[in-house]
Amino acid sequence: MKPRFHVAFSAEPSSPASKACRQRLQGGAMTEALVHWGARVVEKLARLGKCTLFFVESIGCCLSPPLKWDRVLKQIWFIGWKSLPVICLTGAFTGMVLALQGHPTLRRVGSEAFLGPLVALSLIRELGPVLAALMVTGRAGSSITAQIGIMRINDQIDAIELMGLNPMRYLVAPNLIAFVVAMPLLSAVFDVIAIFGGYLLGVRVLGLNAGAYFGEMNNYVVVHDILNGIYKSMCFGALIAWVCCYKGFNSRFGAEGVSVATTQAVVNASVLILVWDYLLTSLI
Amino acid sequence: MKNQRFEFFVGLFMALGILCLAFLSIRIARNELFAANGYEVEAVFTNCNGLRNGSAIMIAGVEIGRVKEITLQDYEARVILKLQPDVALQKDAIASIRTKGLIGEKYIEITPGAADQIIPHGGTLHGTEPAMDLEGLISKFVQGNLSTNPAPNK
Repeated sequence: MKPRFHVAFSAEPSSPASKACRQRLQGGAMTEALVHWGARVVEKLARLGKCTLFFVESIGCCLSPPLKWDRVLKQIWFIGWKSLPVICLTGAFTGMVLALQGHPTLRRVGSEAFLGPLVALSLIRELGPVLAALMVTGRAGSSITAQIGIMRINDQIDAIELMGLNPMRYLVAPNLIAFVVAMPLLSAVFDVIAIFGGYLLGVRVLGLNAGAYFGEMNNYVVVHDILNGIYKSMCFGALIAWVCCYKGFNSRFGAEGVSVATTQAVVNASVLILVWDYLLTSLI
Repeated sequence: MKNQRFEFFVGLFMALGILCLAFLSIRIARNELFAANGYEVEAVFTNCNGLRNGSAIMIAGVEIGRVKEITLQDYEARVILKLQPDVALQKDAIASIRTKGLIGEKYIEITPGAADQIIPHGGTLHGTEPAMDLEGLISKFVQGNLSTNPAPNK
């Protein structure tokens, strides 16, 4: 038992709290285990606090006047325009597969006319914002983490700080604004392309009535649903910008550090998007 | 020159995105935005089971409006119908709650009357027919069957 905790301790030389506690409490394995877990909890909480402060500071940078508009435009170009092909492609196939899966089930209960509302509602409420956010995380978020991470390990961020400038203002704030602006538009493009993908399959291939496909949507989709989708994708945009910039900013040194930071950024952002989507859906 | 090109693409992207949002909210969603000034008529039903805000109102199968509000008034359902401004209902028109198909959603079918007088904006439509109570009918049918066929043991 004892050596295991020893290893665990030596793996964390960075937390001074655990060292001090260890010197004071020379107890048995039980005490050591308690100290070990306590130190871990404190460390996790400190990291969470640091993460939150980072977010608050980046929002502060967005709201205070000297905003780098050319950087914001550049990032909207990078996040929005360059993501369009992948968004269109995934959108078209998502709509088609929704129609293909929904059609047999609806035919069994004799209500094929509800294919339109099924496709439109599931896209506008859930799939559009979530899938667009996941695609953008993979395409734009990862490269932003890598870019900021490499700037960190090349000491470029320290150089900006030495010049008396705030690196958050130059690197993080434009990304945050660009993500929040671009995500709702991207998910709207995703929705429209997917609805037409469903139309293509449902009406052209499966032989549904075109009037029923679009007409029934009108009966079920309300403006409230579309607003919900916009709020969701704005939240997801802020989430992606936050996680990806934070991970890049706090990347460890070396090529491995940047690769770890990028992987963590993509995985954490994707998980957070899905969790936050559930929370938002149950709240709204 | 290069700088201008990427600004052009940013503009194109924003325009495309806003166009898609507009398409979604105007073409796909039921838009209440442009139907702000309509012809509103009240109707009191004894039972409006299954009707909800936004249910369709039709004459001869053509949609002419939507249900705006349903409230309770003296233990009866007071429904506000929002119709297109070019529709005029006669005093003796009848509003009845019908079902699309056997298990479809409820809508209001209006049978036009023959009177000369037109219901004004905000007026009340007196001839109403409540929702058909399908479960009640089935239970009546089942019980009726039981009472007419006495038990075989007797």
